[in-house]
Amino acid sequence: MENFVLANSGHNRDDEASKFGMWLFLFTELLLFGGLFLVYTIYRYLNSEAFLHASYELDVVMGTVNTVVLLTSSLTVALSITALQKGNIKLTQGLLVATILFALTFLVIKYFEWSAKFEHGLFPGMDHYDHLIPAEKMFFFLYFFMTGLHGLHVIVGGVLLGFVMWDIKKKKTTPDNFVYLENGGLYWHLVDIIWIFLFPLFYLIH
Amino acid sequence: MSVALAQPENFYQAKRGLFSWIFSTDHKRIGLLYFYAIISFFLVAMALGFLMRLELIAPGETVMGAKTYNQVFTLHGVIMIFLFLIPSVPAFFGNFLLPLMIGTDDVAFPKLNLFSWWLYVLGGIFALLTLVVGDGPADTGWTFYAPYSVKTGTNVTLAVLAAFILGFSSILTGLNFIVTIHRLRAPKMGWFQMPLFAWALYATAWIQLLATPVIGITLLMIIAERVFGVGLFDPSLGGDPILYQHLFWIYSHPAVYIMVLPGMGLISEMIPTFAKRTIFGYKAIAYSSLAIAFIGYFVWGHHMFTSGMSGPARVIFSVLTFLVAVPSAIKVFNWVATLYKGAIDVKTPLLFSLAFIFQFLLGGLTGLVIGALATDIHLHDTYFVVGHFHYVMFGGAGFAFFGALHYWYGKIWGKMYNEKRAQIAFWLMFIGFNTLYFPMLVLGLMGMPRRYYDYLERFETLNVISTVGSWILITGILLMIINLIVSRKSGKVAPRNPWGGTTMEWQTPSPPPLHNFDATPVVPEGNPYDHKNNITEKA
Ligand code: HEM
Ligand SMILES: [Cu+2]
Repeated sequence: MENFVLANSGHNRDDEASKFGMWLFLFTELLLFGGLFLVYTIYRYLNSEAFLHASYELDVVMGTVNTVVLLTSSLTVALSITALQKGNIKLTQGLLVATILFALTFLVIKYFEWSAKFEHGLFPGMDHYDHLIPAEKMFFFLYFFMTGLHGLHVIVGGVLLGFVMWDIKKKKTTPDNFVYLENGGLYWHLVDIIWIFLFPLFYLIH
Repeated sequence: MSVALAQPENFYQAKRGLFSWIFSTDHKRIGLLYFYAIISFFLVAMALGFLMRLELIAPGETVMGAKTYNQVFTLHGVIMIFLFLIPSVPAFFGNFLLPLMIGTDDVAFPKLNLFSWWLYVLGGIFALLTLVVGDGPADTGWTFYAPYSVKTGTNVTLAVLAAFILGFSSILTGLNFIVTIHRLRAPKMGWFQMPLFAWALYATAWIQLLATPVIGITLLMIIAERVFGVGLFDPSLGGDPILYQHLFWIYSHPAVYIMVLPGMGLISEMIPTFAKRTIFGYKAIAYSSLAIAFIGYFVWGHHMFTSGMSGPARVIFSVLTFLVAVPSAIKVFNWVATLYKGAIDVKTPLLFSLAFIFQFLLGGLTGLVIGALATDIHLHDTYFVVGHFHYVMFGGAGFAFFGALHYWYGKIWGKMYNEKRAQIAFWLMFIGFNTLYFPMLVLGLMGMPRRYYDYLERFETLNVISTVGSWILITGILLMIINLIVSRKSGKVAPRNPWGGTTMEWQTPSPPPLHNFDATPVVPEGNPYDHKNNITEKA
């Protein structure tokens, strides 16, 4: 016998629902980092001297370059959505490649930054680190924890955009069906926004 | 029903084989997958509870030593909270019933739904792995308080990882439900025509979404601390253990509403059906769910009255705690008012609902006793607290779960359970439950501390009573489960609407077809509990 199917089916395509779901997910991501920001705020407040002193160790130039890189990548991903809406698939792909390249650039710079810290023995367990006062240890620990978690999100976001590109190639994401790209873009903006908070907190506050 | 249709294939028949289950995206199958996993974990944790009570039957060591006891209550708590109670109602009943109740054929993201079940399984495996690797299960209590949780040699890392993964699974379920309720309600169903269970799930889903990430990150911090030992929560290294407690309870207090709100939703479904009356104060119940969810965010400090907080902070948290009691009481009054002058039909689900009201009331009122500053100083970390939370979580949410299991049994499995055996099981559970936990309240008042494997002679009588209660309770639970298993074979075939319910899941065959309905369901006019225009009864 034929199965009766309802009009309001959960298996229908519903772009509004997909985007709504993505937004909700982004809230949870913000809250995830929110816990860390809370811990940071409290210890910064309690140990402002030590945190300030420790923050001089960070490389403001590299941080700034990375901020510019990420902001530009947010632009390219936003442009790629418009390009797809306009039907220019080549351009869309180009812009997505650019975004992913920016993501890689960010990670490479981050790699050099972290390596420099390792060379100075500033990672938990290394000797320079072990001789710091507790509050400075906390600063570096939070620095590695928060930028590390953020770095993980950069990787996830980049991979997600890679999948979107695959979908475009397979013609599953098209000029009339681009919610997947939009969601990838939303996620990428989140990655960007979190960095926008991390950067001043660790590098700039003096 | 407008047109009489031949009985369509039900969703069990639609596909067969193991893979058609564990890779199914059908909300009904996923709900059942959750159910079988959840009930198995419940039985494991129940066995642990039994062992603890056995240990406490007499002072001194009887069946286990101190360290084992600590591990057992931790594992018991972790399983009961993260693997049984939090997923129980939303992930099983929510998954199975929500789409049926709002007249659609699935949740908004069916694949995500399957993914969250797999996460649940993964989390469960991690929790069980703590039993067999290294130094055994964590011995910190389910709260993982730092700095002890950072220092102990037991498997805290694995346990915490399990809780993290389970939290993620719970977030995804909540997200799915919110979008489902917004986007997939039957075309003519307004917000205030939704069944109250859907309202309860909606409020719960927001808590799952907005509170769980905080515990997620907190648990990650515990793992990082265990690996790198920076001392975020260790005062000797400049950290603050109180901060951990704040972060933990910012999630875990709202989480107690994740546990009880959906149960309240189930009660709101069962009571009008068995009172044959429209629910009293539909909107008040719906709004009170939202109010509980909202106020519930601001009361976490009541777990920390004795661990060091400023005077004003304590007063504020205490006042807010009293405030949450108001919407909870609103619900209780409305349920009782619904029963008033109803044509009451005493069936097992109603018995469980009444037990819920009674036990939840006791749990709620004892909650106020420890929400008050002066009394909490005396009662904090005593058996009074153990009694209190079992009254709320087990006597409340747990009983709602078991009542609902009988109420929707026919809808889910297509057969009716045996009423007589069910009622015997219910009375054993009710009597056993109260014999088990009421003495704990008294023991707490007498000053017996919680989380010890041993106690002073003068507490012995009540502890013996309590242990005997646990035997009666467990007998009842086992009888209930046997009855439900046997009824699947020998029960009478369930009609569409065995109880004369008014919500939309009763319009479809039992069990439902693959796409849930065999004809477009009729959205009741106005309030979904209006027995006057009970479409299905007339049909
Ligand atoms: C089946 C019968 C049950 C028995 C016999 C039982 C018994 C106990 C006992 C003896 C304790 C330890 C008290 C202590 O030493 O501090 C305990 C703790 C606990 N129980 Fe149960 N319980 C049962 C069911 C449940 C249920 C259904 C839930 C929740 C849904 C639950 C949640 C907890 C929690 C969260 C703790 C605290 C663990 C900790 O201190 O970390 N229990 N239970
Ligand atoms: Cu609380």
